[in-house]
Amino acid sequence: MKNRSLSFWLFLTPTLVALALVVIIPVIMGLFYSFTNWDGLAFTEMVGFKNYAALFQDTDFINAFWFTVRFVITTVILLNVIGLSLALLVTQKIKTSNFLRTIFFMPNMIGGLILGFIWQFIFTQAFTALGNALNISWLQNWLTNETTGFWGLVIVTVWQMSGYIMIIYIAYLQNIPQEVIEAAEIDGASAWQRFTKITFPMIAPAFTVCMFLTLSNGFKIYDQNLSLTNGGPYKSTQMLALDIVNTAYNSGNFALAEAKSMIFFLIVAAISLLQVYYNRKREVKL
Amino acid sequence: MHKTSKWLLGIVGLLIGLVWLFPFYLILVNSFKTPKGIFASVLRFPDPATTANYGDSFRALNFLGSLTNSLIITVAGVLLIIFASSMGAYALQRNHSKLSGGILMLFISAMLIPFQSVMIPLTAMFGKVHMLNMVGLVIMYLGFQCSLSIFLYQGTLNSIPMAMDEAAEIEGATKWQTFFKVIFPMLSPITVTVAILNIIAIWNDYLLPSLVLPQSQYTIPLQMFNFFGEYTKQWHLALAGLALSILPVILFYLFAQRYIIKGVTDGAVK
Repeated sequence: MKNRSLSFWLFLTPTLVALALVVIIPVIMGLFYSFTNWDGLAFTEMVGFKNYAALFQDTDFINAFWFTVRFVITTVILLNVIGLSLALLVTQKIKTSNFLRTIFFMPNMIGGLILGFIWQFIFTQAFTALGNALNISWLQNWLTNETTGFWGLVIVTVWQMSGYIMIIYIAYLQNIPQEVIEAAEIDGASAWQRFTKITFPMIAPAFTVCMFLTLSNGFKIYDQNLSLTNGGPYKSTQMLALDIVNTAYNSGNFALAEAKSMIFFLIVAAISLLQVYYNRKREVKL
Repeated sequence: MHKTSKWLLGIVGLLIGLVWLFPFYLILVNSFKTPKGIFASVLRFPDPATTANYGDSFRALNFLGSLTNSLIITVAGVLLIIFASSMGAYALQRNHSKLSGGILMLFISAMLIPFQSVMIPLTAMFGKVHMLNMVGLVIMYLGFQCSLSIFLYQGTLNSIPMAMDEAAEIEGATKWQTFFKVIFPMLSPITVTVAILNIIAIWNDYLLPSLVLPQSQYTIPLQMFNFFGEYTKQWHLALAGLALSILPVILFYLFAQRYIIKGVTDGAVK
């Protein structure tokens, strides 16, 4: 199809128009509003970088940032370790392997909002009951302070996403030629040696994919945060996405929320661009 | 592998599987208990069991209504995304100019923008033209989801030779006929992937519809959020509601599991 041909543009119109209306124009407007005193309906003056400067004094935003960073580091490590372990487990020739795959991936089908509610019951009711029955004090009072709120969010995320990470690792594990592993086995390599010397290097690309997936998903988490702790107690478990939504719709501070969302955009985009860069570098090497 | 270690691995797998299922078990058994029953023991089987919770939460959730809304929005959204994205990807892939490369880059770069960075102006804009409803929502889904879908279609179109198009055109087919009669049917494997990824994303979405839909058009997650706020201290009802709301997803998963796993893998790896 040629640039000037009518059909080229007709075929592209629906998606181009939707993208412009829904993403491109709003993001440009958002950027513009972040330099104004916009209240959601109108603005009276340009304020320059005032909203951005205010971010450095905004304890909610700073707390949310560090809480999110800690959350992301913890979940990236746990998800990759557990996801890879599950993948290794279900790719062994055991009878239950298909059944286990089905179970491990199942939580990933359910939306974050509903998962958060499910686990709210488990943390507040089941943990308490178990703690009473076994006389374990650390099972009591979950979600009532920052530490248990943090680990609650980590547990929900790990339960939800491990199966997802698992199937990506499985896809790469299945590409390893079986002969290579068998040859190593005949040469007397132990299971650990086979894993570190053959399997692990061969699934390195999967590691990059999963690292970045877990990284950018972790930063963007909203639903689980809303339904499990709603940022509480006292905003101590509020993550970046939730802080932005609350700044806009609860506090009505729309211009500040726009500034926050632009910083959020920069963080998320930087992670994704880093991934593209790494992928390119790897492809050149191959 | 030795017989015994294989056997041991099977046991370990089964134990982890049980741990994974335990949350579902807790929700299910407690949803059949009376408030007293839950208070007495969270872990035990319901005794006496009651199904009243399900009737009550079914009504309080307006379950049929919200299920219908979820279905309408998901089906309309996914069909529109498939139709528009496959066409867009076809135009871009069959045009080897700098312009089409640039437009493809624009679509892909748009994926970097998180939802929070567009939501406020977006809802303000759609509000001004009275489009904060199902129709507006479906258009928004097209805008948000077309990038990934175009990207996936474009990759597959690379492997369909131009000779197919040329043959159809010699037969006198228009561009429109060539695409929908010849090319689109050849894309069905990736269409399944695109459909699966979008079904999961749209069905489970909470934040966007919560900003867009009026209460009469609430989907399951929105209805669940309201319902949960009202019944926080009444776990017997809340749990029955949760069990109801995950039922359609679990059924879909068990029926279409093979396609779902393939679709999700394609979406992440490509």
